[in-house]
Amino acid sequence: MSVNNTITSYKQLEERSKITNLLLRWFLYFILILFAFYFIFPLYVMIVTSFKTMEEIRQGTLLTWPSQLNFESWAVAWGGRGYGAGDTFLRPYFWNSIKMVVPAVIFSTFIGAMTGYVLTKWRFKGDRWIFLFLLFGCFIPFQAILLPMARTLGVLGISNSILGLVVVHSIYGIPFTTLFFRNYYVSIPDELIKAARIDGAGFFKIFFKILLPISAPIIVVTVIWQFTQIWNDFLFGATFSFGKAAPIQVALNNMVLSSTSVKEYNVDMASSIIAGFPTLIVYVLAGKYFIRGLTSGAVKG
Amino acid sequence: MIALKIQDLSKNFGSTEVLKKINVEIEEGNFLVLLGPSGCGKSTLLNIIAGLETIDEGEVFIDDYNVSKVEPKDRNIAMVFQSYALYPSMNVKENITFGLKQSKTPKDKIEEQLKKISSFLKVNELLNRKPSQLSGGQRQRVAIGRALVREPRIFLFDEPLSNLDAKLRVEMRREIKILHQKLKTTVVYVTHDQTEAMSLGTKIAIMNHGVIQQSDTPKNIYNKPQNVFVADFIGSPPMNLTEGKLTKEGNNFYFVPNEANETNKIPLKNYDFVKPINENNKEVLFGIRPEHIFHKKTNENDFEVKMKSELNEYIGHEQIVTFNYFNQEILGKFSSTIEMGTNKEVNLYFDLTQVSLFDKNTSQRI
Repeated sequence: MSVNNTITSYKQLEERSKITNLLLRWFLYFILILFAFYFIFPLYVMIVTSFKTMEEIRQGTLLTWPSQLNFESWAVAWGGRGYGAGDTFLRPYFWNSIKMVVPAVIFSTFIGAMTGYVLTKWRFKGDRWIFLFLLFGCFIPFQAILLPMARTLGVLGISNSILGLVVVHSIYGIPFTTLFFRNYYVSIPDELIKAARIDGAGFFKIFFKILLPISAPIIVVTVIWQFTQIWNDFLFGATFSFGKAAPIQVALNNMVLSSTSVKEYNVDMASSIIAGFPTLIVYVLAGKYFIRGLTSGAVKG
Repeated sequence: MIALKIQDLSKNFGSTEVLKKINVEIEEGNFLVLLGPSGCGKSTLLNIIAGLETIDEGEVFIDDYNVSKVEPKDRNIAMVFQSYALYPSMNVKENITFGLKQSKTPKDKIEEQLKKISSFLKVNELLNRKPSQLSGGQRQRVAIGRALVREPRIFLFDEPLSNLDAKLRVEMRREIKILHQKLKTTVVYVTHDQTEAMSLGTKIAIMNHGVIQQSDTPKNIYNKPQNVFVADFIGSPPMNLTEGKLTKEGNNFYFVPNEANETNKIPLKNYDFVKPINENNKEVLFGIRPEHIFHKKTNENDFEVKMKSELNEYIGHEQIVTFNYFNQEILGKFSSTIEMGTNKEVNLYFDLTQVSLFDKNTSQRI
């Protein structure tokens, strides 16, 4: 083949690949937009419905914009209608959940960090087995521990209390948090700990002064994970608490399923959004660290 | 005075023996290099000296005091690591003073030390920077500063230069040498790089499979390797080892390469045997370094050989030529100004004052 021939064929090839690339790109965008729409659609319906009045909803116009922004259903979902018995609303349970989730997240994250630190930097005989058993904890289904846990809480005298839920969620979270921290600390060079030991720092000093200050990414990951898990939990909440001690997800269920007469879709939608709001906030605030924490590991000394 | 003594030290990780009956001593002010391929146990030995690993058998003495059960911080040692191991969340100043703060040193003493060290190592400008904002060489300097500030009896270096690029490595090597000349502190230095070992050490201990193969001055290690491992490990390219027989005629010994006949025997009348040999026709390895093969006779003891050149590697200031010597490979190192060619019969000269002989079965020098 002569040089000239080669050049023309390169040009043809370039043309062709340009067109193919363009087509593929448009196809890709089309798919992405389709999926984005698919995921955002339910949220749109929820938000729109929550601002409608019941009359408007009954007309069956699911997708239309509300004729006017009506905040009443939000007020009802949050604070109730103001009459006595049977009026379920989210406010007290929201605070229940906060009181449950904050200590449980802090406690399980801290214990996980400690355990991860010991399992990677203070190796001892049999540490692999302990880690294996801890990992095993990640795979135990919630349902399997309901009965023994109920009995344990009963013996401890903290059943049907927020403290009981804090204990359950903390313990159940430890395998996960340990896994996160162990995998993070494994990538941190042991030489760092050796240097600190020669400098005279002990077990706790090394943890608090050297390791914890560089653990921000994995702390964020763990907190998001634990917060989402505990906030969204229904089973433990429904099993180990009732009445006034229930967390928000249980209350939401009671509200939506036990309304006596008509289904108030607008209130239900507003309630659901309120119940899901905190996790959304956590993701928005810490989401970029979440990705960073999941992908990065190694800390270059 | 003996600054460091290691006595019959053994260490196992599970069922693998990492160190087997190690014995080493260093005089105060000396620079001991532990040299060996990766996995030979040299870093483990250093960690044991530092107190970061436990001992299974044997003892470690620092200044004649048995420190085998003493905590790392109380051993009067300081260590520089391969990854520098600077505390990532602290700035340079905090990194250097961390150890002093742990030992509750008074504030003005800390400041004074910091000033002294930072101007000595030229890191004054960097005191408020985080390790991530430093270059490799700067990190290395800070790591050395963190060790210096403790004013230790013994410095331990664990492959401190292997994370640097080639040029910086040579520079930092000089700086460490200068540092040692100025401070005259005892140093134990681990490396797998023989150039580093040769240029820095006053004494080198070559390790392999958890055993010290030879512990001697750099000169003796290079010129009189104790066994085949040392001969092959040191030098680039390493010593040529030619298989053959040691024959005896009267009081004179000759080396006859395999596949060669009597006329090609090499006289060994000046060779300094470790102990008298009585055996005839002993199977031996004849060792000669590539730079002890000359292209012309310079000394009356030089032994003339005819060999065919097979490969020529040009590396700027010199060339490495592979010859066929009775179907065994021999490498020679020559100035690149000499025309050697390939596939050519060449007359060459072995410098017989510089050869080594090893027992083929025991691999030991004879």
